[in-house]
Amino acid sequence: MNAKQIIGMVVAASFAAAILPAQAASLDAKTTDIIKRDFRDKGIAKASRVNQDELQAACSKYVDKVPTKLKHKLEAEQEKAVKWPADGKYMGDWKAGEKLAQSGRGMTWSDKPEDAAGGNCYNCHQLSSTEIAYGTIGPSLLNFGKIRGNTEEVQRYAYGRIYNAKAYNACANMPRFGHMGILSEAQIKDLVALLLDPESPVNK
Amino acid sequence: MNTSNVNKAILMLALAASCTVQAAENETTDSDRIAAYREMISDGNPAEFDEMRGEELWKTAAGPNQATLEKCDLGKGPGVVKGAYAELPRYFKDTGKVQDLESRLLTCMTTLQGLKEEDISAKPFASEKKASDISSLTTYVVGQSKGIKMAVSVKHPKEKEAYEIGKRIFNYRAGPYDFACSTCHATSGVRIRMQDLPNLSSNKKDAQSAYTSWPAYRVSQGLTRSFQWRLNDCFRQQRFPEPKFASEATVALTMFLAVSANGAKYDGPGLKR
Repeated sequence: MNAKQIIGMVVAASFAAAILPAQAASLDAKTTDIIKRDFRDKGIAKASRVNQDELQAACSKYVDKVPTKLKHKLEAEQEKAVKWPADGKYMGDWKAGEKLAQSGRGMTWSDKPEDAAGGNCYNCHQLSSTEIAYGTIGPSLLNFGKIRGNTEEVQRYAYGRIYNAKAYNACANMPRFGHMGILSEAQIKDLVALLLDPESPVNK
Repeated sequence: MNTSNVNKAILMLALAASCTVQAAENETTDSDRIAAYREMISDGNPAEFDEMRGEELWKTAAGPNQATLEKCDLGKGPGVVKGAYAELPRYFKDTGKVQDLESRLLTCMTTLQGLKEEDISAKPFASEKKASDISSLTTYVVGQSKGIKMAVSVKHPKEKEAYEIGKRIFNYRAGPYDFACSTCHATSGVRIRMQDLPNLSSNKKDAQSAYTSWPAYRVSQGLTRSFQWRLNDCFRQQRFPEPKFASEATVALTMFLAVSANGAKYDGPGLKR
Protein backbone atom coordinates (compact mmCIF):
# COMPACT_ATOMS: atom_id res chain seq x y z
CA MET A 1 0.00 0.00 0.00
CA ASN A 2 1.50 3.37 -0.95
CA ALA A 3 1.25 6.68 0.87
CA LYS A 4 -1.42 8.02 -1.50
CA GLN A 5 -3.68 5.06 -0.80
CA ILE A 6 -3.21 5.46 2.93
CA ILE A 7 -4.07 9.17 2.76
CA GLY A 8 -7.11 8.30 0.66
CA MET A 9 -8.27 5.79 3.23
CA VAL A 10 -7.77 8.20 6.10
CA VAL A 11 -9.71 10.93 4.30
CA ALA A 12 -12.52 8.52 3.41
CA ALA A 13 -12.68 7.18 6.96
CA SER A 14 -12.82 10.63 8.49
CA PHE A 15 -15.68 11.64 6.19
CA ALA A 16 -17.61 8.49 6.99
CA ALA A 17 -17.20 8.48 10.75
CA ALA A 18 -16.12 11.87 12.06
CA ILE A 19 -18.41 14.65 13.11
CA LEU A 20 -17.38 17.98 11.59
CA PRO A 21 -16.89 20.94 13.96
CA ALA A 22 -20.03 22.74 12.76
CA GLN A 23 -22.04 19.54 13.24
CA ALA A 24 -20.53 19.05 16.70
CA ALA A 25 -21.57 22.55 17.77
CA SER A 26 -25.13 21.99 16.61
CA LEU A 27 -25.22 18.60 18.35
CA ASP A 28 -23.96 20.24 21.55
CA ALA A 29 -26.74 22.84 21.35
CA LYS A 30 -29.36 20.21 20.57
CA THR A 31 -28.20 18.08 23.50
CA THR A 32 -28.58 21.01 25.89
CA ASP A 33 -32.09 21.74 24.58
CA ILE A 34 -33.13 18.11 25.00
CA ILE A 35 -31.72 17.91 28.53
CA LYS A 36 -33.47 21.12 29.57
CA ARG A 37 -36.77 19.78 28.25
CA ASP A 38 -36.53 16.15 29.43
CA PHE A 39 -35.69 16.51 33.14
CA ARG A 40 -38.18 17.56 35.79
CA ASP A 41 -38.34 18.48 39.48
CA LYS A 42 -38.34 15.58 41.88
CA GLY A 43 -38.17 16.17 45.63
CA ILE A 44 -35.31 18.52 46.41
CA ALA A 45 -33.73 17.93 42.97
CA LYS A 46 -35.16 20.75 40.89
CA ALA A 47 -35.06 20.77 37.08
CA SER A 48 -32.86 23.86 37.15
CA ARG A 49 -29.98 21.66 38.32
CA VAL A 50 -29.28 20.72 34.70
CA ASN A 51 -28.35 24.33 33.93
CA GLN A 52 -24.56 24.38 33.73
CA ASP A 53 -22.17 27.00 35.02
CA GLU A 54 -19.24 27.98 32.79
CA LEU A 55 -16.95 25.34 34.26
CA GLN A 56 -19.43 22.47 33.93
CA ALA A 57 -20.16 23.48 30.34
CA ALA A 58 -16.47 23.63 29.40
CA CYS A 59 -15.66 20.27 31.04
CA SER A 60 -18.62 18.66 29.26
CA LYS A 61 -17.77 20.15 25.89
CA TYR A 62 -14.13 19.07 26.02
CA VAL A 63 -14.88 15.81 27.89
CA ASP A 64 -12.67 16.97 30.80
CA LYS A 65 -9.73 17.85 28.53
CA VAL A 66 -10.13 21.63 28.41
CA PRO A 67 -7.47 23.57 26.41
CA THR A 68 -4.69 24.80 28.73
CA LYS A 69 -5.44 28.53 28.50
CA LEU A 70 -9.12 28.06 29.33
CA LYS A 71 -8.26 25.55 32.05
CA HIS A 72 -6.04 28.08 33.82
CA LYS A 73 -8.67 30.80 33.48
CA LEU A 74 -11.35 28.55 35.00
CA GLU A 75 -9.06 27.49 37.84
CA ALA A 76 -8.18 31.11 38.63
CA GLU A 77 -11.88 32.04 38.76
CA GLN A 78 -12.66 29.13 41.08
CA GLU A 79 -9.72 30.00 43.34
CA LYS A 80 -10.85 33.61 43.57
CA ALA A 81 -14.25 32.47 44.83
CA VAL A 82 -12.90 30.36 47.71
CA LYS A 83 -14.10 31.69 51.07
CA TRP A 84 -11.25 31.14 53.51
CA PRO A 85 -12.12 30.82 57.22
CA ALA A 86 -12.39 34.28 58.80
CA ASP A 87 -10.61 33.11 61.97
CA GLY A 88 -7.62 31.87 59.99
CA LYS A 89 -8.03 28.37 61.48
CA TYR A 90 -8.28 25.34 59.18
CA MET A 91 -8.41 22.36 61.55
CA GLY A 92 -11.51 21.09 63.35
CA ASP A 93 -12.31 17.79 65.02
CA TRP A 94 -11.10 14.64 63.21
CA LYS A 95 -13.76 12.47 64.92
CA ALA A 96 -16.54 14.57 63.43
CA GLY A 97 -14.60 14.48 60.16
CA GLU A 98 -14.52 10.66 60.16
CA LYS A 99 -18.31 10.54 60.63
CA LEU A 100 -18.79 12.97 57.75
CA ALA A 101 -16.36 11.03 55.56
CA GLN A 102 -18.39 7.85 56.12
CA SER A 103 -21.70 9.39 55.03
CA GLY A 104 -22.53 9.15 51.33
CA ARG A 105 -25.88 10.87 51.75
CA GLY A 106 -27.13 14.16 50.47
CA MET A 107 -28.81 16.11 47.71
CA THR A 108 -30.43 13.24 45.79
CA TRP A 109 -34.16 13.45 45.09
CA SER A 110 -34.72 10.75 47.73
CA ASP A 111 -32.98 12.84 50.42
CA LYS A 112 -35.19 15.16 52.47
CA PRO A 113 -34.47 18.89 52.70
CA GLU A 114 -33.61 18.52 56.39
CA ASP A 115 -31.15 15.63 55.76
CA ALA A 116 -27.61 16.93 56.10
CA ALA A 117 -25.23 16.02 53.31
CA GLY A 118 -22.25 13.83 54.10
CA GLY A 119 -18.73 14.21 52.82
CA ASN A 120 -18.96 11.12 50.57
CA CYS A 121 -15.19 10.73 51.08
CA TYR A 122 -14.99 6.93 51.41
CA ASN A 123 -17.07 6.55 48.25
CA CYS A 124 -13.96 7.46 46.27
CA HIS A 125 -10.93 7.55 48.59
CA GLN A 126 -9.05 5.31 50.97
CA LEU A 127 -8.61 7.23 54.24
CA SER A 128 -8.33 5.36 57.57
CA SER A 129 -6.42 2.10 57.45
CA THR A 130 -9.21 0.43 59.43
CA GLU A 131 -11.94 1.14 56.84
CA ILE A 132 -11.59 -1.34 54.00
CA ALA A 133 -14.83 -0.44 52.19
CA TYR A 134 -13.40 2.47 50.28
CA GLY A 135 -13.75 3.51 46.64
CA THR A 136 -10.94 4.01 44.19
CA ILE A 137 -12.15 6.78 41.87
CA GLY A 138 -9.94 9.25 43.75
CA PRO A 139 -6.38 8.73 45.01
CA SER A 140 -5.67 7.04 48.36
CA LEU A 141 -5.40 9.57 51.18
CA LEU A 142 -4.00 7.11 53.69
CA ASN A 143 -1.20 8.78 55.70
CA PHE A 144 -2.07 12.12 54.09
CA GLY A 145 -0.79 14.12 57.09
CA LYS A 146 2.04 11.73 57.92
CA ILE A 147 3.49 12.29 54.47
CA ARG A 148 2.93 16.05 54.23
CA GLY A 149 3.04 17.22 57.85
CA ASN A 150 0.46 19.73 59.06
CA THR A 151 2.04 23.12 58.58
CA GLU A 152 -0.33 26.03 57.97
CA GLU A 153 0.48 25.83 54.28
CA VAL A 154 -0.60 22.20 54.13
CA GLN A 155 -3.74 22.94 56.17
CA ARG A 156 -4.70 25.76 53.80
CA TYR A 157 -4.08 23.51 50.80
CA ALA A 158 -6.30 20.73 52.22
CA TYR A 159 -9.05 23.23 53.10
CA GLY A 160 -8.96 24.76 49.62
CA ARG A 161 -8.93 21.39 47.90
CA ILE A 162 -12.07 20.28 49.77
CA TYR A 163 -13.77 23.68 49.45
CA ASN A 164 -13.21 23.73 45.69
CA ALA A 165 -11.20 20.96 44.00
CA LYS A 166 -11.72 22.71 40.67
CA ALA A 167 -9.51 25.62 41.75
CA TYR A 168 -6.62 23.14 41.51
CA ASN A 169 -7.81 21.04 38.57
CA ALA A 170 -10.67 22.51 36.51
CA CYS A 171 -12.30 19.22 35.52
CA ALA A 172 -11.52 17.17 38.62
CA ASN A 173 -14.10 14.47 39.40
CA MET A 174 -14.43 15.72 42.97
CA PRO A 175 -17.41 17.91 43.92
CA ARG A 176 -16.85 21.50 45.09
CA PHE A 177 -18.02 20.96 48.66
CA GLY A 178 -17.71 24.54 49.89
CA HIS A 179 -18.36 26.36 46.61
CA MET A 180 -21.63 24.51 46.00
CA GLY A 181 -22.81 24.78 49.61
CA ILE A 182 -22.71 21.03 50.24
CA LEU A 183 -20.64 21.32 53.44
CA SER A 184 -20.21 24.20 55.91
CA GLU A 185 -16.95 25.85 56.87
CA ALA A 186 -16.94 23.96 60.19
CA GLN A 187 -17.52 20.63 58.42
CA ILE A 188 -14.67 21.24 55.99
CA LYS A 189 -12.41 22.03 58.97
CA ASP A 190 -13.38 18.68 60.48
CA LEU A 191 -12.35 16.95 57.26
CA VAL A 192 -9.04 18.84 57.21
CA ALA A 193 -8.45 17.52 60.72
CA LEU A 194 -9.26 13.98 59.59
CA LEU A 195 -6.56 14.32 56.94
CA LEU A 196 -3.92 16.12 59.01
CA ASP A 197 -4.36 15.56 62.75
CA PRO A 198 -1.59 13.23 63.97
CA GLU A 199 -4.24 11.48 66.13
CA SER A 200 -6.54 10.81 63.14
CA PRO A 201 -6.80 7.17 61.97
CA VAL A 202 -5.71 8.43 58.54
CA ASN A 203 -2.23 8.97 60.01
CA LYS A 204 -2.09 6.04 62.42
CA MET B 1 -42.88 -16.34 52.27
CA ASN B 2 -43.30 -15.23 48.68
CA THR B 3 -40.79 -15.84 45.89
CA SER B 4 -38.89 -12.63 46.32
CA ASN B 5 -38.47 -13.21 50.03
CA VAL B 6 -37.29 -16.75 49.39
CA ASN B 7 -34.68 -15.43 47.03
CA LYS B 8 -33.63 -12.70 49.41
CA ALA B 9 -33.15 -15.37 52.05
CA ILE B 10 -31.06 -17.48 49.68
CA LEU B 11 -28.89 -14.48 48.93
CA MET B 12 -28.39 -13.72 52.60
CA LEU B 13 -27.20 -17.28 53.09
CA ALA B 14 -24.94 -17.03 50.07
CA LEU B 15 -23.52 -13.75 51.27
CA ALA B 16 -22.99 -15.09 54.77
CA ALA B 17 -21.30 -18.21 53.41
CA SER B 18 -19.03 -16.34 51.05
CA CYS B 19 -18.18 -13.79 53.75
CA THR B 20 -17.06 -16.59 56.07
CA VAL B 21 -15.06 -18.34 53.40
CA GLN B 22 -13.38 -15.16 52.28
CA ALA B 23 -12.99 -13.51 55.67
CA ALA B 24 -9.25 -14.08 55.49
CA GLU B 25 -9.05 -12.02 52.35
CA ASN B 26 -8.77 -8.32 52.70
CA GLU B 27 -11.12 -7.22 49.97
CA THR B 28 -14.20 -9.10 48.90
CA THR B 29 -16.20 -7.13 46.40
CA ASP B 30 -19.95 -7.35 45.98
CA SER B 31 -19.26 -8.71 42.51
CA ASP B 32 -17.52 -11.76 43.98
CA ARG B 33 -20.45 -12.50 46.26
CA ILE B 34 -22.98 -11.94 43.49
CA ALA B 35 -21.03 -14.28 41.23
CA ALA B 36 -21.28 -16.97 43.92
CA TYR B 37 -25.01 -16.37 44.22
CA ARG B 38 -25.51 -16.49 40.46
CA GLU B 39 -23.84 -19.87 40.37
CA MET B 40 -26.06 -21.17 43.17
CA ILE B 41 -29.25 -20.33 41.32
CA SER B 42 -27.94 -20.74 37.77
CA ASP B 43 -30.94 -22.89 36.84
CA GLY B 44 -33.38 -20.11 37.61
CA ASN B 45 -33.67 -16.32 37.91
CA PRO B 46 -36.63 -14.76 39.76
CA ALA B 47 -36.96 -12.42 36.77
CA GLU B 48 -38.67 -15.35 35.03
CA PHE B 49 -41.83 -14.63 37.02
CA ASP B 50 -41.86 -11.10 35.64
CA GLU B 51 -41.22 -12.46 32.13
CA MET B 52 -44.27 -14.72 32.48
CA ARG B 53 -46.36 -11.82 33.76
CA GLY B 54 -45.24 -9.75 30.77
CA GLU B 55 -46.02 -12.50 28.27
CA GLU B 56 -49.51 -12.80 29.73
CA LEU B 57 -49.99 -9.04 29.39
CA TRP B 58 -48.71 -9.12 25.81
CA LYS B 59 -51.28 -11.75 24.83
CA THR B 60 -54.28 -10.47 26.80
CA ALA B 61 -56.76 -8.01 25.32
CA ALA B 62 -56.70 -4.76 27.30
CA GLY B 63 -57.45 -1.03 27.17
CA PRO B 64 -60.43 0.79 25.68
CA ASN B 65 -59.84 -1.05 22.38
CA GLN B 66 -59.72 -4.46 24.08
CA ALA B 67 -56.72 -5.37 21.92
CA THR B 68 -53.64 -7.48 22.62
CA LEU B 69 -50.12 -6.33 21.76
CA GLU B 70 -49.62 -9.23 19.35
CA LYS B 71 -49.60 -6.82 16.40
CA CYS B 72 -47.09 -4.50 18.00
CA ASP B 73 -44.15 -3.79 15.67
CA LEU B 74 -40.94 -3.67 17.68
CA GLY B 75 -38.90 -3.14 14.52
CA LYS B 76 -38.84 -6.60 12.98
CA GLY B 77 -42.45 -6.54 11.79
CA PRO B 78 -45.85 -6.71 13.58
CA GLY B 79 -45.82 -9.31 16.34
CA VAL B 80 -42.15 -10.29 16.00
CA VAL B 81 -40.69 -10.36 19.49
CA LYS B 82 -37.80 -12.75 18.99
CA GLY B 83 -34.55 -10.83 18.56
CA ALA B 84 -36.28 -7.42 18.62
CA TYR B 85 -34.52 -6.13 21.73
CA ALA B 86 -31.06 -6.88 20.31
CA GLU B 87 -31.73 -4.26 17.60
CA LEU B 88 -33.20 -1.53 19.81
CA PRO B 89 -33.18 1.45 19.98
CA ARG B 90 -33.91 2.03 16.28
CA TYR B 91 -35.59 4.52 13.97
CA PHE B 92 -39.33 3.89 13.37
CA LYS B 93 -40.87 5.28 10.21
CA ASP B 94 -44.42 5.49 11.60
CA THR B 95 -43.49 7.73 14.52
CA GLY B 96 -40.52 9.41 12.79
CA LYS B 97 -38.51 8.86 15.96
CA VAL B 98 -35.71 6.75 17.35
CA GLN B 99 -37.31 4.63 20.08
CA ASP B 100 -36.05 2.31 22.77
CA LEU B 101 -38.12 -0.65 23.95
CA GLU B 102 -40.13 1.26 26.57
CA SER B 103 -40.84 4.16 24.25
CA ARG B 104 -41.97 1.73 21.53
CA LEU B 105 -44.18 -0.19 23.98
CA LEU B 106 -45.79 3.15 24.86
CA THR B 107 -46.56 3.64 21.15
CA CYS B 108 -48.13 0.18 20.87
CA MET B 109 -50.13 0.48 24.09
CA THR B 110 -51.57 3.83 23.02
CA THR B 111 -52.22 3.08 19.33
CA LEU B 112 -53.32 -0.57 19.57
CA GLN B 113 -54.94 -0.70 23.00
CA GLY B 114 -56.07 2.93 23.27
CA LEU B 115 -54.42 3.47 26.64
CA LYS B 116 -53.32 6.96 27.62
CA GLU B 117 -49.60 7.67 27.56
CA GLU B 118 -49.73 9.84 30.69
CA ASP B 119 -51.45 7.03 32.63
CA ILE B 120 -48.73 4.53 31.67
CA SER B 121 -45.86 6.98 32.26
CA ALA B 122 -47.22 7.99 35.67
CA LYS B 123 -46.09 4.68 37.24
CA PRO B 124 -43.49 3.25 34.88
CA PHE B 125 -41.54 1.28 37.48
CA ALA B 126 -42.47 -1.64 39.72
CA SER B 127 -42.58 -1.11 43.46
CA GLU B 128 -42.88 -3.52 46.38
CA LYS B 129 -46.57 -2.73 46.55
CA LYS B 130 -47.45 -2.78 42.89
CA ALA B 131 -46.12 -4.39 39.71
CA SER B 132 -45.81 -2.22 36.60
CA ASP B 133 -47.33 -3.51 33.36
CA ILE B 134 -44.91 -1.74 31.04
CA SER B 135 -41.97 -2.94 33.14
CA SER B 136 -43.18 -6.58 33.00
CA LEU B 137 -43.78 -6.29 29.25
CA THR B 138 -40.20 -5.09 28.92
CA THR B 139 -38.92 -8.11 30.86
CA TYR B 140 -40.87 -10.43 28.55
CA VAL B 141 -39.59 -8.81 25.35
CA VAL B 142 -35.91 -8.75 26.40
CA GLY B 143 -36.07 -12.41 27.39
CA GLN B 144 -36.91 -13.21 23.76
CA SER B 145 -33.48 -11.88 22.71
CA LYS B 146 -31.46 -14.00 25.12
CA GLY B 147 -28.43 -15.43 23.32
CA ILE B 148 -28.89 -13.16 20.29
CA LYS B 149 -26.06 -10.85 19.23
CA MET B 150 -26.57 -7.14 19.87
CA ALA B 151 -26.81 -5.40 16.49
CA VAL B 152 -28.02 -1.84 16.99
CA SER B 153 -27.85 0.25 13.82
CA VAL B 154 -26.63 3.82 13.42
CA LYS B 155 -27.17 3.81 9.64
CA HIS B 156 -30.21 6.07 9.62
CA PRO B 157 -29.23 9.75 10.15
CA LYS B 158 -31.61 9.96 13.11
CA GLU B 159 -30.02 6.87 14.68
CA LYS B 160 -26.57 8.39 14.21
CA GLU B 161 -27.80 11.65 15.71
CA ALA B 162 -29.34 9.89 18.71
CA TYR B 163 -26.03 8.12 19.29
CA GLU B 164 -24.10 11.40 19.16
CA ILE B 165 -26.56 13.13 21.51
CA GLY B 166 -26.44 10.14 23.86
CA LYS B 167 -22.66 10.36 23.98
CA ARG B 168 -22.95 14.04 24.91
CA ILE B 169 -25.51 13.32 27.64
CA PHE B 170 -23.08 10.70 29.00
CA ASN B 171 -20.45 13.44 29.40
CA TYR B 172 -22.84 16.21 30.54
CA ARG B 173 -21.67 17.56 33.91
CA ALA B 174 -24.17 19.44 36.02
CA GLY B 175 -25.89 19.63 39.39
CA PRO B 176 -24.51 20.40 42.85
CA TYR B 177 -21.83 17.67 42.57
CA ASP B 178 -20.74 18.43 38.95
CA PHE B 179 -21.28 14.77 38.07
CA ALA B 180 -21.79 13.23 34.65
CA CYS B 181 -22.27 9.53 33.84
CA SER B 182 -18.60 9.66 32.84
CA THR B 183 -17.49 10.68 36.35
CA CYS B 184 -17.96 7.08 37.49
CA HIS B 185 -18.16 5.17 34.21
CA ALA B 186 -15.25 6.25 32.02
CA THR B 187 -12.33 4.63 33.87
CA SER B 188 -11.58 0.92 34.08
CA GLY B 189 -11.08 -0.94 37.33
CA VAL B 190 -12.51 1.60 39.77
CA ARG B 191 -15.22 1.21 42.37
CA ILE B 192 -17.49 3.19 44.73
CA ARG B 193 -16.97 1.77 48.22
CA MET B 194 -16.93 -1.97 47.35
CA GLN B 195 -19.10 -1.71 44.25
CA ASP B 196 -17.21 -2.24 40.98
CA LEU B 197 -18.03 0.30 38.27
CA PRO B 198 -18.11 -0.69 34.60
CA ASN B 199 -16.26 1.61 32.20
CA LEU B 200 -19.01 2.25 29.68
CA SER B 201 -17.20 4.63 27.36
CA SER B 202 -13.79 3.16 26.56
CA ASN B 203 -13.86 -0.47 27.63
CA LYS B 204 -15.80 -2.61 25.16
CA LYS B 205 -15.97 -5.65 27.44
CA ASP B 206 -17.31 -3.65 30.39
CA ALA B 207 -19.84 -1.85 28.19
CA GLN B 208 -21.05 -5.14 26.71
CA SER B 209 -21.41 -7.06 29.96
CA ALA B 210 -23.15 -4.15 31.70
CA TYR B 211 -25.67 -3.47 28.94
CA THR B 212 -26.47 -7.09 28.12
CA SER B 213 -27.25 -7.93 31.77
CA TRP B 214 -30.07 -5.35 32.08
CA PRO B 215 -33.04 -5.44 32.70
CA ALA B 216 -32.32 -7.47 35.83
CA TYR B 217 -33.78 -8.93 38.99
CA ARG B 218 -32.44 -6.78 41.81
CA VAL B 219 -32.00 -9.04 44.83
CA SER B 220 -31.68 -6.18 47.33
CA GLN B 221 -35.05 -4.84 46.15
CA GLY B 222 -36.81 -8.11 45.30
CA LEU B 223 -37.90 -6.62 41.98
CA THR B 224 -37.13 -6.93 38.29
CA ARG B 225 -35.85 -3.59 37.07
CA SER B 226 -36.04 -2.19 33.54
CA PHE B 227 -33.31 -0.32 31.69
CA GLN B 228 -35.25 2.95 32.03
CA TRP B 229 -35.21 2.33 35.78
CA ARG B 230 -31.45 1.74 35.69
CA LEU B 231 -30.88 5.13 34.02
CA ASN B 232 -33.36 6.84 36.35
CA ASP B 233 -31.54 5.63 39.46
CA CYS B 234 -28.14 6.61 38.03
CA PHE B 235 -29.40 10.17 37.55
CA ARG B 236 -30.71 10.15 41.13
CA GLN B 237 -27.25 9.29 42.43
CA GLN B 238 -25.74 11.84 40.07
CA ARG B 239 -27.83 14.43 42.03
CA PHE B 240 -29.71 15.29 38.84
CA PRO B 241 -33.43 16.00 38.60
CA GLU B 242 -35.56 13.15 37.25
CA PRO B 243 -35.41 12.20 33.58
CA LYS B 244 -38.90 11.92 32.07
CA PHE B 245 -39.87 8.31 31.31
CA ALA B 246 -38.95 7.17 27.78
CA SER B 247 -37.99 10.76 26.87
CA GLU B 248 -35.68 11.61 23.97
CA ALA B 249 -32.82 12.18 26.44
CA THR B 250 -33.15 8.67 27.91
CA VAL B 251 -33.56 7.06 24.47
CA ALA B 252 -30.44 8.84 23.15
CA LEU B 253 -28.40 7.76 26.17
CA THR B 254 -29.69 4.19 25.75
CA MET B 255 -28.68 4.35 22.07
CA PHE B 256 -25.12 5.31 23.02
CA LEU B 257 -24.89 2.49 25.56
CA ALA B 258 -26.58 -0.11 23.32
CA VAL B 259 -24.27 0.60 20.37
CA SER B 260 -21.31 0.23 22.73
CA ALA B 261 -22.58 -3.28 23.49
CA ASN B 262 -22.84 -4.32 19.82
CA GLY B 263 -21.33 -7.69 19.00
CA ALA B 264 -22.02 -9.24 22.40
CA LYS B 265 -24.75 -11.80 22.98
CA TYR B 266 -27.67 -10.35 24.88
CA ASP B 267 -27.82 -12.15 28.23
CA GLY B 268 -30.78 -10.71 30.12
CA PRO B 269 -32.88 -10.53 32.10
CA GLY B 270 -29.94 -10.55 34.49
CA LEU B 271 -29.44 -10.84 38.21
CA LYS B 272 -27.94 -8.08 40.34
CA ARG B 273 -27.13 -7.48 43.98
